[in-house]
Amino acid sequence: MTSNSVSVRDLSLNFGAVTVLKTLNLDVRDGEFLVLLGSSGCGKSTLLNCIAGLLDVSDGQIFIKEKNVTWEEPKDRGIGMVFQSYALYPQMTVEGNLSFGLKVAKLPQSEIDKRVARAAEILQIQPLLKRKPSELSGGQRQRVAIGRALVRDVDVFLFDEPLSNLDAKLRSELRVEIKRLHQSLKNTMIYVTHDQIEALTLADRIAVMKSGVIQQLADPMTIYNFPENLFVAGFIGSPSMNFFRGEIADRGGRKVIAVNGVDFGMESYPARGPLETGRKVVLGVRPEHVKVDESVPGSEEHDAVVDIEEPMGADNLLWLKLAGQTMSVRIAGARRYAPGTALKLGFDMSMASVFDAVTENRV
Amino acid sequence: MADTASIDHSTITSTSAKSAAGPRGKKPRPLFSSRNIMVYGVLIFAAAYYLLPLYVMVVTSLKGMPEIRLGNIFSPPMEITFEPWAKAWASACTGLNCEGLSRGFWNSVRITIPSTIVSIAIASVNGYALANWRFKGADLFFTILIVGAFIPYQVMIYPIVIVLREMGLYGSLTGLILVHTIFGMPILTLLFRNYFSALPEELFKAARIDGAGFWTIYFRIMLPMSLPIFVVAMILQVTGIWNDFLLGVVFTRPEYYPMTVQLNNIVNSVQGVKEYNINMAATILTGAVPLIVYFVSGRLFVRGIAAGAVKG
Amino acid sequence: MTGHAKAGRPNQLLRNLNSKIASIPMMLTAVVIFLGGTLWTVVYSFTNSKLLPRMKFVGLDQYERLWSAPRWLVSIENLAIYGVFSLIFSLTIGFVLAAFMDQKIRFENTFRTIFLYPFALSFIVTGLVWQWILNPEFGVQSVVRSLGWTSFAFDPLYNQEIVIYGILIAALWQGTGLVMCLMLAGLRGIDEDIWKAARVDGIPMWKTYIFIIIPMMRAVFITTLVIVASGIVRVYDLVVAQTSGGPGIASEVPAKYVYDYMFQAQNLGQGFAASTMMLITVAIIIVPWAYLEFGGRKRG
Repeated sequence: MTSNSVSVRDLSLNFGAVTVLKTLNLDVRDGEFLVLLGSSGCGKSTLLNCIAGLLDVSDGQIFIKEKNVTWEEPKDRGIGMVFQSYALYPQMTVEGNLSFGLKVAKLPQSEIDKRVARAAEILQIQPLLKRKPSELSGGQRQRVAIGRALVRDVDVFLFDEPLSNLDAKLRSELRVEIKRLHQSLKNTMIYVTHDQIEALTLADRIAVMKSGVIQQLADPMTIYNFPENLFVAGFIGSPSMNFFRGEIADRGGRKVIAVNGVDFGMESYPARGPLETGRKVVLGVRPEHVKVDESVPGSEEHDAVVDIEEPMGADNLLWLKLAGQTMSVRIAGARRYAPGTALKLGFDMSMASVFDAVTENRV
Repeated sequence: MADTASIDHSTITSTSAKSAAGPRGKKPRPLFSSRNIMVYGVLIFAAAYYLLPLYVMVVTSLKGMPEIRLGNIFSPPMEITFEPWAKAWASACTGLNCEGLSRGFWNSVRITIPSTIVSIAIASVNGYALANWRFKGADLFFTILIVGAFIPYQVMIYPIVIVLREMGLYGSLTGLILVHTIFGMPILTLLFRNYFSALPEELFKAARIDGAGFWTIYFRIMLPMSLPIFVVAMILQVTGIWNDFLLGVVFTRPEYYPMTVQLNNIVNSVQGVKEYNINMAATILTGAVPLIVYFVSGRLFVRGIAAGAVKG
Repeated sequence: MTGHAKAGRPNQLLRNLNSKIASIPMMLTAVVIFLGGTLWTVVYSFTNSKLLPRMKFVGLDQYERLWSAPRWLVSIENLAIYGVFSLIFSLTIGFVLAAFMDQKIRFENTFRTIFLYPFALSFIVTGLVWQWILNPEFGVQSVVRSLGWTSFAFDPLYNQEIVIYGILIAALWQGTGLVMCLMLAGLRGIDEDIWKAARVDGIPMWKTYIFIIIPMMRAVFITTLVIVASGIVRVYDLVVAQTSGGPGIASEVPAKYVYDYMFQAQNLGQGFAASTMMLITVAIIIVPWAYLEFGGRKRG
């Protein structure tokens, strides 16, 4: 507990009859970059707003730096926040925006100047200080918004989809900048996004959310390679993981997953427990974990025919049919297969995920 | 509405530019096509009809009584005289009182200015509270308020008379100002609530993170962003209160009668010879304030009445 | 509100206190004046209050007296005629003017300024101007007669049969500009592509208006209807200024009946009963509209 910066205990939030957050628990470590990831309406922004104190919780507690702040005003929680729409005060200059909170807190002018100057230096916005937000570009505005959180000199930064309003190029630039900021400041950062690339690139740990519940909380590689349930598996990755519904079968002492007459050997799959024959399961394999015309140890070879080819430069994506369903395979961009080409697929089962068809949890 | 010509000019050029760049099909319409003649014919005829009463008011007020008795209210004055205006302002009679409209004018000023300020101050803070600081039950009161806007004044005036009498304000200017504040509240609160709700919510959240409270956010963040809506509300209130008749006649004593009430008493008084030129001069004087507001504010006035008209 | 780090939920009444304080005027107005005042009036309409309100219930007496009073019956008849015609004419004229304004014309702002300025004027001013224009001795009638048509008769304000139409003329002059503005906003809200599609399909303009545009503007029409209708029920100042209810009682309206009985005839009970009838009239207009507008939205 001592190393936790933000702790959420049994947090619930209802809007009338609608439950947005369900007895949610979350511990964010000191100096950690935690990403809340989920599609819209999953409760990730709501959770962030609760932590910020902008929404009253229905039940549960929130601790920041070991202090119970459940009913504290936002300003007294030791947080700074950056918003999707930047939320800069349009009538104030950049300098006015940065110093507004400090003036409200009645800090001495010398201290205000010092902090504004430091934030401006870190974010390299010194030349913009006298301008109005309307005279800035989207990227500059978001820098100022980050600066406004910076001057507060707080332990915890909250980001609410800060890059969603920017175009693709700026987004990747600022993403790098936020990462650099985290590396130099070493603050705790909680970052809400629906963009899995942002989540995977920025996070120390990702919390994948759905319907007000955290589905999995782990570091990005674990989330990507070992999804805890079917939802997380399908949500992360583009193109999406290939799923095959089938059941566990016994082929002369050898455990396989039988899907529409196609068998997938289970020898190399790191199963968590015994898999009973006849159990209905879902096999998930990422497109890059299927090998084309290469033998994979311990895996049978499956014949397939290329349906559509999508060359994407670095990668080449093949769409084909196996066991009666469409699947995708990612191979190196230089390897080209024309539609109609017959090929052999090998499944790397050590990187596969198998889920119970009923509980949808990893087995 | 001084920008009329330039704006129209630009729309015309942009449409003609569009058709010039377009396909080589139908030729652009000539200026005097039958369609144009009909469209402008109808509009000009209608405009003439709408302008006619204003014209009649002005010419009548500039004529002497002998000329009026000759007939034809539409003919321009042969001899322009400003005497009716002076009389209407300073010496027209209501009953035995011959002080002219000036007293009504100053009463209306004394009613309109504080009523406008008080009603806007209360409604804007209230609209802000409803938009940004929602609390349980607020919606219920707001719904009652909006439904109440449709209830005819006649249903509520007597209870208000009683309340004001109890407070010792019945008949006074303060009482009338209070009544205007009450009846202006539904539309103004709606106007401000909708305006503040449309401002980005994250701005409000950012200000709260920055440690600003209810009043700091209102004065430092919201007010500076909301000048247009305050102007719209002002236009709405100034014209509405200036033009009011019923509340003025019910809630004030004769010495505090607003201009509309006094105008009606002057024109419709049964004593004496009817002096139509003075009546019309008085009518123009009474209509002048809202007309000036209207012509000066132009588009904002339209926005104000549209806001007043279109619900939620 | 910056309390100490207590685990418990703070007092809910004190939370958001400033907002509640700022809403006190609204709460008082809504509950005391709008709700309380209305109920008070309705309750006292069942009493025999005369000069002062008295809690002596007489059942439906006041209503029976009301509905047998010739002046009330004339008021209701006038309101019906005035209401129906002003709805029909203001919606029609307003829409037609808006349609003409929407033809990408020059001087649109000038025309709009002209059509709308009467709306800035009070009913008193409107009534007095039209009283003067319709004056049979000097106004329209005398002008037409002086042109040679000596038998021409147009004296609505002095003719019991048609006096309400004289008031209607003034009301339409004052109010159609607003309707035009609302309709124009509605027309501007319609997707340009609808017009292009209709033109490609070769549908004549008038048919496009009637079968495509007007049905699409349903919401605007309903809103306008409600605004015009609730204005109709309130009509008072205009009548006072233009005719004072005359000749005789020929141009009386309910709102004037209420005022006269409350403040001149000192027969409060009658005034309360009449104003309750006005309330019912408004409810008949508002309730179905509110149901359609808000009840429907919830279901959708």
